[in-house]
Amino acid sequence: MDDLVLARATFGTTMAFHIIFATLGVGLPLMILLAEILFQRTRDRDYELMAKRWTKGQAILLGVAIPSGTIAGVQLSLLWPGFMEVVGKVISLPFQIEIFAFFLEALFMSIYVYAADRLTPLMRLVSVFMILLGAAASAVLITNVHAFEGTPAGFRIENGEVVDVDPWAAFFNPSFFVTAGHVVVSAFMTGAFAIASVAAWKMIKSDQESREYAFHQKALLLGLIVGGSFSLLTALNGHESAQLLHRYQPEKLAAAEGLFQTQAYAPLAVGGFTDPETQEVKYGIEIPWMLSFLAGNRFDEVVVGLNDFPREYWPPLYIHTLFNGMVGIGSLLIVVGLLGFAWKKLLRRSVFPRWVLGIFVLSGPLALLGIEFGWIFACTGRQPWVIYRVMRTADSVTQSAGIGPLFFTFLAVYLFLGIVTILVFRSYFGRHPLELHPTDRPSGETAP
Amino acid sequence: MTDTILAITLVWIFVVIYAVAASFDFGAGFWSMVYVNRIDTKATSIANRYLSPSWEVVNVFIVLIVVGLVTFFPGATYTLGTVLLIPGSLILLLILIRSAFMVFSHLVRKYDKTLAFFSGISGLFIPALLILVLPLTQGGFIQTIDGVERLDWGALLTSPHVYAYVGLAVSSTLFLSSLLLADYSRVANAQQAFRVYRRDAILIGPLTLLAAVLTVVTMKTEASWLYERLLAYLPWLIASVAWFLVGYIALLIPPEQKRLAYAPRLAVVGVIIQYLLASYAYGAARLPYIVYPTVTIESGFTHPNTFRALFVSYLVGFAILIPGFVFFWRMFMKDEQYIQQK
Repeated sequence: MDDLVLARATFGTTMAFHIIFATLGVGLPLMILLAEILFQRTRDRDYELMAKRWTKGQAILLGVAIPSGTIAGVQLSLLWPGFMEVVGKVISLPFQIEIFAFFLEALFMSIYVYAADRLTPLMRLVSVFMILLGAAASAVLITNVHAFEGTPAGFRIENGEVVDVDPWAAFFNPSFFVTAGHVVVSAFMTGAFAIASVAAWKMIKSDQESREYAFHQKALLLGLIVGGSFSLLTALNGHESAQLLHRYQPEKLAAAEGLFQTQAYAPLAVGGFTDPETQEVKYGIEIPWMLSFLAGNRFDEVVVGLNDFPREYWPPLYIHTLFNGMVGIGSLLIVVGLLGFAWKKLLRRSVFPRWVLGIFVLSGPLALLGIEFGWIFACTGRQPWVIYRVMRTADSVTQSAGIGPLFFTFLAVYLFLGIVTILVFRSYFGRHPLELHPTDRPSGETAP
Repeated sequence: MTDTILAITLVWIFVVIYAVAASFDFGAGFWSMVYVNRIDTKATSIANRYLSPSWEVVNVFIVLIVVGLVTFFPGATYTLGTVLLIPGSLILLLILIRSAFMVFSHLVRKYDKTLAFFSGISGLFIPALLILVLPLTQGGFIQTIDGVERLDWGALLTSPHVYAYVGLAVSSTLFLSSLLLADYSRVANAQQAFRVYRRDAILIGPLTLLAAVLTVVTMKTEASWLYERLLAYLPWLIASVAWFLVGYIALLIPPEQKRLAYAPRLAVVGVIIQYLLASYAYGAARLPYIVYPTVTIESGFTHPNTFRALFVSYLVGFAILIPGFVFFWRMFMKDEQYIQQK
């Protein structure tokens, strides 16, 4: 493997690892805030307990999210010094502002975790809200840089020099709002389904008449309703994202769909594998006219195919599979959210059958998988560019040798930490089982 | 004041704040490990009480430094990124492991000692590696082979100057943290912990001064350009030593003197002033070089438009955050209910 591949592998591994913790770190505070609000409105102490336990989970995740995010930030400079030079001159604002978001989150996380018992109810809400604000703002701001890489704006390169810099134009680059929105709503979706997963698992393991079952059912419903709503928003926003690709990065959309010939009435290929030799998607299902409609809201919209671009600028063709994975999981999760809502609120059944609970258990891991697919699609789909049509990834990589051992060291440490995190989760929640308040009203009802 | 001086001053202020705050932080981790078996003195629980809420906030500062440097001086990124790849990655790995275990040990009591060991040991190694950035960028350790800059490991590992720096970093970490924890124990009314930390500070204090002198002496042969410039700031260095003596003497005052109960606080303040003065002298003497002799603050500076936007965002950001910091301070550093854990 050459140094470029190793550098990409190292950074990609860091991101793939960090994203798990970062996404849940954005999604869980929303659930904690909702539980706190529900508790303060209904005085149902189950919700207070939920907020407390989820905060412990959040604290464990943050223990990995903060340092792995630190690594991602510093690794950018270590592995991609050429890229960071342009970033420093043009798109440094989001990095800068993210630090403040980061501070906000760290300060209030410490306050909420270590001083919760000394806070007034209002300050508890304010603290959780600040954690949520800090986490969501961090996600928005770092996505800002990612959006800039795809749709660069606010500068020109003349004879290798960066000129005509307008940092705010770079900040408000064309894909910023849509892309950042996608990241945030999908993180809320993932956090909610993660909660639903754990709750469903606990319901399978407990007696249907017990207080535990009722407790977990409340958590499950909250997770499903929030998760379902945000997966719908993610899909709507995803549609915008695809239209953005059509306008600004047509070869990425073409590769995502395995489209070679430029055409009106272009079909949408679902599933299958792109074969560059025969220039078609093998074993996939084609929906006629659909791609044109999705890209431009009309069937005669002309969608540009890969053959209009020099082959060296083609993104890797396997992104078709990643794209399908992301969209497929997203659509599935909308159905899962609706199912839970309909069963409970429309059909008014009191218990879920075990096989339905089994589906709910899968929803959290699926959502995370969707997030991973989405990020890998977004970043490998931009190749060979690190800044679209401005700077090639190969031209921005470090000249240092010896990335190989680093890659394996980081990989080993991430594996180790991943395992330790799971053990800590098991150990902590194993030794702090649910302690419900027996004097409270039983399931279903809420106190006045 | 030019834009470049303004920018490097801001970055250096972050570096100094981090150096002091991280010394408290890393050192506290180390002491927490050392005294883990001596429950009677409460020394470990005092260290943890300080450490638990603060490490996350301190950790943000290291990102602040890297971001400040990259955003204000992107021209320095290429050289720094290339040369610091290996030492930087080692630091990152240690920080990752340490931070993770800090959180975990708070949640899982069963593995207290294993986890305390990790955070204690890494609390010594991280400062030792971090300080390498200073000698590395003073010149002499970067080779250019085929147009590519590389770190000369042979020169690095055989340089007495580098080891003097490492000694300075480690001894300062232990000195500053034991001093701070002594004062923190005093506020917490933990007499035994106070005695333990005061004794540690008294023992280590002179070592830090010795390491500082060794660093300057070895600088004469290894980075003579810097040595000569540093001599121009001799009054600052002398003032720095004077404040060390003020702090150290305050520490030696017998703690039984009721009228002088605030002497440990004076010691902390005196020693912090000592480090501020020395940092100013070192930083000013280095100007304008970020990496000697190739990268200066002028050659590495960002685009002026970007600088202005960044500067405004700093002002706005800190204006918003300062109430948060004040609230944090009142919750953990001044709140007697928390510190004494009644």
